[in-house]
Amino acid sequence: MGTALQTATAVLLVAAILAALHVPLGSWIAHTFTDEADWRVERLLYRVVGVDPRAEQRWTGYAGSVLAFSAVGILGLFGLILVQGLLPWSFGRSMDWHTVLNTAVSFVTNTNWQSYAGEAGTGHTVQLLGLTVQNVVSAAVGLAVAIALVRGLAREGAGRIGNFWVDLVRGTVRVILPLAAVAAILLLLGGVIQNLARPHVVETLGGARQVIQGGPVASQEAVKLLGTNGGGFFNANSAHPFENPGPWTNLLQVVLVLAIPFSLPHAYGRMVGDRRQGVVAVDVMGTLLAASMALAVWAETAAASSPLGSMEGKEQRFGIVWSSLFGAATTGTSTGAVNAMHDSLSPLGGGVVLLNMMLGEVSPGGVGTGLYSYLVLVVIAVFLAGLMVGRTPELLGKTIGRAEVTSAALVTLTMPALVLLGTGLAVSVPVSVGARLNDGPHGLSELLYAVTSAANNNGSAFAGLSADQPFLNLLLAACMLLGRLVPIVLVLRLAGSLAAQGRRPVTAGTMPTATPLFTVLVLGTVLIVAGLTFFPSLVLGPLAEALS
Amino acid sequence: MTSSLVRTGWQALPAAFAKLDPRHLWRSPVILVVWVGSALTTFLSVLEPTVFSVSVTIWLWATVLFANLAEAVAEGRGKAQAETLRRTRTETTARRLLADGSEEDVRGTELLLGDLVVVEAGQVIPGDGDVVEGVATVDESAITGESAPVVRESGGDRCAVTGGTTVLSDRIVVRVTSRPGETFIDRMIALVEGASRQKTPNEVALSILLTTLTIIFVLAVSAVQPMAVYSGGRLSLVVLVALLVCLIPTTIGALLSAIGIAGMDRLVQRNVLAMSGRAVEAAGDVSTLLLDKTGTITFGNRRASAFVAVGGTDRAELAAMAHLSSLADETPEGRSVVEFAREEEGVADGGDVVTLGRSGATFVPFSATTRMSGVDLADGSRVRKGAADAVLGWTRAEGGEVPGDLEVHVAGISASGGTPLVVAAADPGASPTVLGVIHLKDVVKPGMRERFDQLRAMGIRTVMITGDNPLTAKAIADEAGVDDYLAEATPEDKMALIRQEQEGGRLVAMTGDGTNDAPALAQADVGVAMNTGTSAAKEAGNMVDLDSDPTKLIDIVAIGKQLLITRGALTTFSIANDVAKYFAIVPAMFVGIFPGLGAVDVMRLSSPESAMLSAVIFNALVIVALIPLALRGVRYRPLSASRLLRRNLLVYGLGGIVAPFVGIKAIDLLVSLLPGL
Repeated sequence: MGTALQTATAVLLVAAILAALHVPLGSWIAHTFTDEADWRVERLLYRVVGVDPRAEQRWTGYAGSVLAFSAVGILGLFGLILVQGLLPWSFGRSMDWHTVLNTAVSFVTNTNWQSYAGEAGTGHTVQLLGLTVQNVVSAAVGLAVAIALVRGLAREGAGRIGNFWVDLVRGTVRVILPLAAVAAILLLLGGVIQNLARPHVVETLGGARQVIQGGPVASQEAVKLLGTNGGGFFNANSAHPFENPGPWTNLLQVVLVLAIPFSLPHAYGRMVGDRRQGVVAVDVMGTLLAASMALAVWAETAAASSPLGSMEGKEQRFGIVWSSLFGAATTGTSTGAVNAMHDSLSPLGGGVVLLNMMLGEVSPGGVGTGLYSYLVLVVIAVFLAGLMVGRTPELLGKTIGRAEVTSAALVTLTMPALVLLGTGLAVSVPVSVGARLNDGPHGLSELLYAVTSAANNNGSAFAGLSADQPFLNLLLAACMLLGRLVPIVLVLRLAGSLAAQGRRPVTAGTMPTATPLFTVLVLGTVLIVAGLTFFPSLVLGPLAEALS
Repeated sequence: MTSSLVRTGWQALPAAFAKLDPRHLWRSPVILVVWVGSALTTFLSVLEPTVFSVSVTIWLWATVLFANLAEAVAEGRGKAQAETLRRTRTETTARRLLADGSEEDVRGTELLLGDLVVVEAGQVIPGDGDVVEGVATVDESAITGESAPVVRESGGDRCAVTGGTTVLSDRIVVRVTSRPGETFIDRMIALVEGASRQKTPNEVALSILLTTLTIIFVLAVSAVQPMAVYSGGRLSLVVLVALLVCLIPTTIGALLSAIGIAGMDRLVQRNVLAMSGRAVEAAGDVSTLLLDKTGTITFGNRRASAFVAVGGTDRAELAAMAHLSSLADETPEGRSVVEFAREEEGVADGGDVVTLGRSGATFVPFSATTRMSGVDLADGSRVRKGAADAVLGWTRAEGGEVPGDLEVHVAGISASGGTPLVVAAADPGASPTVLGVIHLKDVVKPGMRERFDQLRAMGIRTVMITGDNPLTAKAIADEAGVDDYLAEATPEDKMALIRQEQEGGRLVAMTGDGTNDAPALAQADVGVAMNTGTSAAKEAGNMVDLDSDPTKLIDIVAIGKQLLITRGALTTFSIANDVAKYFAIVPAMFVGIFPGLGAVDVMRLSSPESAMLSAVIFNALVIVALIPLALRGVRYRPLSASRLLRRNLLVYGLGGIVAPFVGIKAIDLLVSLLPGL
């Protein structure tokens, strides 16, 4: 089968599964966050935490709760990893303080950048009680913030945008945990391991000694993908046969990564009472993802140095097409998982996955973060184009005025600022320059990729870079923290100012936001904003490497 | 147009140079960044003068200058108008009326709120106010440009006078309603000069977005240098500044304030004064127009449109009697009956009022109690014409008969929204007979239906406001093609309607002139007061139409939309331009470090220096090229939003991507001839 045909079949297969999945899952998510009744387990949780589930919050209160929850999460995880030597199943594993800080920030911000090697840095207790828990709740936080923004668009003249604690609990209990349970069972059936075994030493046929690691992999793997986290149980991440044994689990992993991000648009459409809005979002996200998948495959075959395509750093059991698709899907969803080493991608292939992150994680982006980043770009697109129809721009009857533009513009500014300043710093400081594996443009790509991955809360690693050192750990931790929390606060501010507004009626004079033309407009905005910001960096990194 | 623009531009040059003062530029952060960049390259060129750095520096300063020029030209047009206005504000001496009835001469500028002043024929009214005593004709051409004098009288809706206008006849006493220095003319001068211009809400939001973009590009360019150093080739600061200036949205940054000033100016040219830019912008957002029926949709007077004979009467006789009964009727309706009878029914010129009067006829004038008018001839025959029940009452009281088919016709005319006037006549000594009905009807101005169709396509709902009964209102509404109507409207109803529309999220525009319109004018998002209206109305509205033409509301909406479209279109164009500039500059910058990058150089410009300089030159020239468009505004077509969007995205989005590829390439061909580059 030709590569092009194989790619088309693979993309269509994934698209078909998602097409079948996104309506029921999206409806379920919309129901989850609009349901009047609480589940018994939820009421119990509210009583334990002391939250009145009917007391809604203003955006400031909501943002305060997110920040407090994140702060507690970071401190808790930081403490847990520091004292892991005292806990069972730790097998004497440990990390430096700066690695611990980096890891704590990384998992709480849904980044899952790992500057430690999975099987060497953490024991089973930290994996289960620390990392897996954060994998679940950090995804639920992203979901909650996206839902709060959607409420801002759905409500009229409202001062409040929901209750963070309720959204967090419901997202966890009703969406992520049930799906993760199903996913874990499917992964187990596919051959992923799940045990609490100690490392097992075997003698290979050739007479060498090999350490076989065990652990509760399937449970963490499920939520690693479903929550667009990406932190691998093992250092090799989804390239490791215990995490991702074969083609079918690989397909399952790609679907798991994309499931919630592609379902949220439908939930959005339902909640604002105009499903076409959700269709536009799916179209934009789908187009970007399909294009990046096609480009990645093209870069790994046609544009690769070897005539048979670039197999360096890829697993034989996945091949070029499924490795490229996996790379595009995970970099497009702020999932740090990899099933091939991105450092070994062809120069342009590395550029494609890099660009995928630079788009601001909207193809389709992480759980919640994808939808809210998309909506922020829609606000920008509506403002620019809306003026051209001769009215104050509006989205779903909400005026995009000073407050809304300020919030949206600052969100759009945050990530590029972190990436550009961070990379500028990283390429100028000897300690980080010395951490590269390669010289020249490829080395620049390594640094650029690390900072981009951190600032976008992706967590995917280019590999090659020895990131486990104080300077890079702290720089990347700062990027992850700011790249996560600054946009969240601004998005909630946007939600607050949108919710407070009344709704203008739709007339023939209103700019339609559910047409193919508008889809093209949003695509153009996404590409131009990212392109204008990162073109010089991409030229000096991947492009220079490809053309020299 | 073009030559006058060139002249204005030439005249505005000194002002543009004066605006190079950075204190002036803080209002426009984008241009301030260019200014700082220009200062930096000037410094660098002095240290190390090369043809490239000197040329870039010159063109960077030109960019700032062109931005200033755009603003100065826009302001210059307003200044010319302000100059004309200022001449009318010559020092006047006012005759202040004291409590004891005596007068004292004071300077016009010393008048206080509430002072009474006497103005006589030939004198200039010293300040804005209301006539409290007397009637006078006033020449208001100084502010309206209309040379025909207008009547101003105490009480009622025609009592307002404007300072700077001249009394042509009679004597009036005016109560001053404005503080010194805050008269209508003062405000007009400030408005057209742009002195009191504040950024409108959309302009503020756009500025925030442009500033954010500028920051992103400052960061992007700042990150280029460490990456270039890492890659083994330090870039010169001149190159970095050139890149930055090309990327930040200088085009829209330079033209933004000119667009706003020109928008106000377009209104002034149509004799509409907006009290704030906010109101102009709101006009573009309006989704409901409240239009007074009288004077806006219809000519304002009911006119005779048919004679319907009843009870076997000959129509010619009815026409003759209707004509006779209306001869002395000086109301517009009465005159229209005479006109219609003569022109349409061929009634011979049956004498006039004077001849009839000499022959001994007595005219019965119309009164509110009798609600009919007519004439008693010398031979004893009598004719009456008036409201149906009044004439029928008279007929029956005199013992006359009412034909059975009358009722049907009267009801029919009423149902069609017309007004039936019944005509009855009595031969000498005989009882009266009802002859028939005159169909009076409100005539809709030609072309209204098309305008309302256009408004509907733009998404604007039109509501007709009238004091007529619902039946009449509906008929006119159907004929004119408005979307809705409010019949038997009181000022309270109007207010309630505005509130109701606003609660539904709609922005409402209306016109008004009377004092009782003032609350509604204030409540409406766009309230256009007629210049003939009262001071209260003019105070309450946020625009004043000097021509007092209520139809102009539709033009005002179009101007508001045009303002927003121009801003949006030029912003889109400005940002789209960046794509080409990147392709011109970036390969040129790095091709020295990585020769392979020549493959990205799709434009094939003659040399790296020439590429960068050409982009800078294009960036500067495009500002000048777009000044006429910024001043004139993007042509507005009354289309639906989706069609407008498609059109403007194609022209300014796609055009914005393509134009600089062509422009930079052309400039490069010229620049490459420059020796030493």
